[in-house]
Amino acid sequence: MDSYDVPESTPSASSRPEDYFVGATPLQKRLESIRKQTSFIPTPPRRKVPQCSQLQEDVDPQKVAFLLHKQWTLYSLTPLYKFSYSNLKEYSRLLNAFIVAEKQKGLAVEVGEDFNIKVIFSTLLGMKGTQRDPEAFLVQRLILSPRLECSGTILAYCNLCLLGSSDPSTLAFQVAGTTGACHHTRILSKSQLPSENREGKVLWTGWFCCIFGDSLLETVSEDFTCLPLFLANGAESNTAIIGTWFQKTFDCYFSPLTINAFNLSWMAAMWTACKVDHYVATTEFLWSVPCSPQSLDISYAIHPEDAKALWDSIHKTPGEVTQEEVDLFMDCLYSHFHRHFKIHLSATRLVRVSTSVASAHTDGKIKILCHKYLIGVLAYLTELAVFQIE
Amino acid sequence: MSPQKRVKNVKAQNRISQGSNSFQTTLSAWKVKQGPSNSKNISKHGQNNPVGDYEHADDQAEDALQMAVEYFEKGPVKTSQNKDKTLEKHLKTVENVAWKNGLASEEIDVLLNIALSGKFGNAVNTRILKCMIPATVISQDSVVKAVSWLCVDKCSGSTKVLFYRWLVAMFDFIDRKEQINLLYGFFFASLQDDALCPYVCHLLYLLTKKENVKPFRVRKLLDLQAKMGMQPHLQALLSLYKFFAPALISVSLPVRKKIYFKNSENLWKMALLAVKQRNQGPSPEPLKLMLGPANVRPLKRKWNSLSIIPVLNSSSYTKEYGKKEVSLSDCLNRSGSFPLEQLKSFPQLLQNIHCLELPSQMGSVLNNSLLLHYINCVRDEPVLLRFYYWLSQTLQEECIWYKVNNYEHGKEFTNFLDTIIRAECFLQEGFYSCEAFLYKSLPLWDGLCCRSQFLQLVSWIPFSSFSEVKPLLFDHLAQLFFTSTIYFKCSVLQSLKELLQNWLLWLSMDIHMKPVTNSPLETTLGGSMNSVSKLIHYVGWLSTTAMRLESNSTFLLHFILDFYEKVCDIYINYNLPLVVLFPPGIFYSALLSLDTSILNQLCFIMHRYRKNLTAAKKNELVQKTKSEFNFSSKTYQEFNHYLTSMVGCLWTSKPFGKGIYIDPEILEKTGVTEYKNSLNVIHHPSFLSYAVSFLLQESPEERTVNVSSIQGKKWSWYLDYLFSQGLQGLKLFIRSSVHHSSVPRAEGINYNNQY
Repeated sequence: MDSYDVPESTPSASSRPEDYFVGATPLQKRLESIRKQTSFIPTPPRRKVPQCSQLQEDVDPQKVAFLLHKQWTLYSLTPLYKFSYSNLKEYSRLLNAFIVAEKQKGLAVEVGEDFNIKVIFSTLLGMKGTQRDPEAFLVQRLILSPRLECSGTILAYCNLCLLGSSDPSTLAFQVAGTTGACHHTRILSKSQLPSENREGKVLWTGWFCCIFGDSLLETVSEDFTCLPLFLANGAESNTAIIGTWFQKTFDCYFSPLTINAFNLSWMAAMWTACKVDHYVATTEFLWSVPCSPQSLDISYAIHPEDAKALWDSIHKTPGEVTQEEVDLFMDCLYSHFHRHFKIHLSATRLVRVSTSVASAHTDGKIKILCHKYLIGVLAYLTELAVFQIE
Repeated sequence: MSPQKRVKNVKAQNRISQGSNSFQTTLSAWKVKQGPSNSKNISKHGQNNPVGDYEHADDQAEDALQMAVEYFEKGPVKTSQNKDKTLEKHLKTVENVAWKNGLASEEIDVLLNIALSGKFGNAVNTRILKCMIPATVISQDSVVKAVSWLCVDKCSGSTKVLFYRWLVAMFDFIDRKEQINLLYGFFFASLQDDALCPYVCHLLYLLTKKENVKPFRVRKLLDLQAKMGMQPHLQALLSLYKFFAPALISVSLPVRKKIYFKNSENLWKMALLAVKQRNQGPSPEPLKLMLGPANVRPLKRKWNSLSIIPVLNSSSYTKEYGKKEVSLSDCLNRSGSFPLEQLKSFPQLLQNIHCLELPSQMGSVLNNSLLLHYINCVRDEPVLLRFYYWLSQTLQEECIWYKVNNYEHGKEFTNFLDTIIRAECFLQEGFYSCEAFLYKSLPLWDGLCCRSQFLQLVSWIPFSSFSEVKPLLFDHLAQLFFTSTIYFKCSVLQSLKELLQNWLLWLSMDIHMKPVTNSPLETTLGGSMNSVSKLIHYVGWLSTTAMRLESNSTFLLHFILDFYEKVCDIYINYNLPLVVLFPPGIFYSALLSLDTSILNQLCFIMHRYRKNLTAAKKNELVQKTKSEFNFSSKTYQEFNHYLTSMVGCLWTSKPFGKGIYIDPEILEKTGVTEYKNSLNVIHHPSFLSYAVSFLLQESPEERTVNVSSIQGKKWSWYLDYLFSQGLQGLKLFIRSSVHHSSVPRAEGINYNNQY
């Protein structure tokens, strides 16, 4: 800090003390809510079971499909200052120039110039829980395919097919270590592009949303746009650049959103409770045992219908999930495991939960599989993000 | 008077004014000063003073310089035979004067003209340019004239380069820059010249204002960049352009790069220092923008800039977007807004407080004391909210024990906390974010890392209801308190003392601001007093228990009494209706302590309690109406009880009568035969050594001393001796609480029992 010229002792405080007495300021209110949060259990003891598709009709099904089956890294985001939905075009121009300038350090670029990289902002209409929730929006970074290199790319793509593996995640793992061309190909092989940018390949995608974020909306004024949940898919370096631009432009703050074991077990219970027509994946849990020299992972897969049956036997209050039910559900799983393997899972740490609805990792990674419960999953994630920024 | 003559006079005047240590640059100022200069001249005629000789020698130099300037102005005389010799002589003269005292702006004007007009050869031009060192300032017109010579292309490339270097080096000494800024287009065009480019870039960097940044110039610069590649000088200029017009251009500077311009100043390094010294008056602060490297750090840990706190940047960025919907008020705002980068002083802040451009990232105010002032008095909710969010998220992200496996960044976090604490001390108030952070992180704190910072944050918790804060904060703190070392206990007590002080300050300010009537938090002043007294009682409980745990450590007791030194003076010092006495566990430990300084401190505290209670009583008698804050008689009784014990132990030698009651049987068991007389100002264990050394001082040869012999007159001498040993607390206590008659026997006093 620079030198203070007038280190006076008291007078500067004179303006503030009345805050503590004259009407509660929004900050005061916020502090009250924090006190409540920290003094009681961090999460309410009961929640609703995610209902069937609450998605409003005007959501572009193609865009929804684009959001599913992808691994997203979660971030919480403080309210954006002076963000305006009418300026999205301008933002995309500026962000584009910013990214290009960052990539070629030291070389200046003109804003609005044509690059082979493009950034697109688009709103995800209807992606909200209540009418008050601000509109979600999507940011994509595309690389425009240069015509001459077309054949090369296709070749790379063919190579990729030869590598062939049915599991997309191992495929991604194999390719990630190889050349840049392949890197692009991976993206091509995995993404269904939104209709308006047929010519480009998506390098990076991120989206901002707020589903049932009422508690946050109440405490901020209209200068702010509350989109507490940010999900990114793509290289971390891209997230860093784009996140920095947002932080500098809208005075917001991104922080990685991790999911602790407590919340993971809630997710497990809530997602098991969802009615799914045909199960696409087994219900699987992953525990981590921190033992030396290397940690041990315990994977525990259950047939989804068995899990559902277990849940139904526990579940009492229709449409709601309570803390006791969650605890009981997990206890049943633990005791079952203990009966067979004599291992107390409750002494280990729950790291990942995957169900047919979605899967979540404690590092803040999530993949949503079921179209019907997209909003329900996001609502819970929004709640976690709001808790982190409050 | 010929121009040259005038020049000379100005020179002389300058010298004199330096002598009299006043700052002066212009002719108009000189006219005002005419009087003293004349008197100086008169005194000079009295040949007997040595300064006169010096002046005389200087005068000769002046004349020589005059001739030299005239010579250069006329141009070389073709016919003269010893032309080179004369030229050399005059050049030497100019150089000598220039490097010694600097040249007046008129001389610079003439010589600059000559150097750039190409009358002489290249070598001469170079030498002249190199000695264009101003005495104080350079006039703007001479620069403009010189630039016009560049247009006619009379001088060589190297002279041009030298001229630009000179211009950059002397930029701060040019008196005004408006006219020069009008030549922006000309300078900009000179960028084309490869040799000149680096220096012109530097000049433009110094010269550029927001209105100079135009789209066509941006494009031109980008073309130049495409042609020449990544040149540091070009990068610097481009980043300045980006700073002014982020909507037109984007650039990110490499992290390591530090030097962007070739050093133009090194030719004149010494001279520049000299000029700065001569100018040491109120020279205008040159506006130098920071060339911060880009803020992206694509590391795994975090990608939030190099330092935790963002760089100060005004928010022109955000404003530029809504171009299509610029309203009239926006236009007015923009033209009137005051860029943050120019904010350098408090008066500036006051003048522009209504139209300040706020930083694009609110967190950057933490490093800027002026903006902290602004944050402190502004009622604008978004500003506070942005700061709140930024600070709480940053604290949460950076906190090394809040998230596991983050311990390698401990130093950075400590520095960050230090910065916050400095800001809080500066503003004399705590931030809400810090309070929220404490609530979240205290339960996880190990009591070790960043201890001093963390405890300081505790002391800056804004005033609030104690019973609300207790379960969130103090209960967790108490656990650590009881299980940690004595040093931790002492530092906790220290920070609680500061917390009490801060709360009292807020409350006392608040009372004087307005009558406390409507408040949601604490309904009455009584409510807030209640909160404060709860805090004091809590600390009393903590200290009593700690005394027991640490087996009456003197060290700890010092810190506890420090706390009560604040407590005892609340009524008088802060004008708040509150007197809380210490718990018996503390009082008797201090009273029976073996350490004199403890006892002395206790005496002082009792003395202050007495003053406060007396003042309170007096006020009560004066205004009977305000009965709400009358102290209960219990407080007075308690105080009287303590007072009785103290007087009994220190003065009347009746320690176990009225004050402390101990069963006589127990006292018998101790085996002390004369327990009744064993506690007074002589026999009290902490005073015994004083009594002995007092007697030894009286009669140094004595083999055995009898302390009981201190009686009568000796008693009062002994007291004076004690007071002279620095026991001021004892002095105050005895003066105020003990009335003793002219026959100073212990029995002869009656302690004041007015309550």
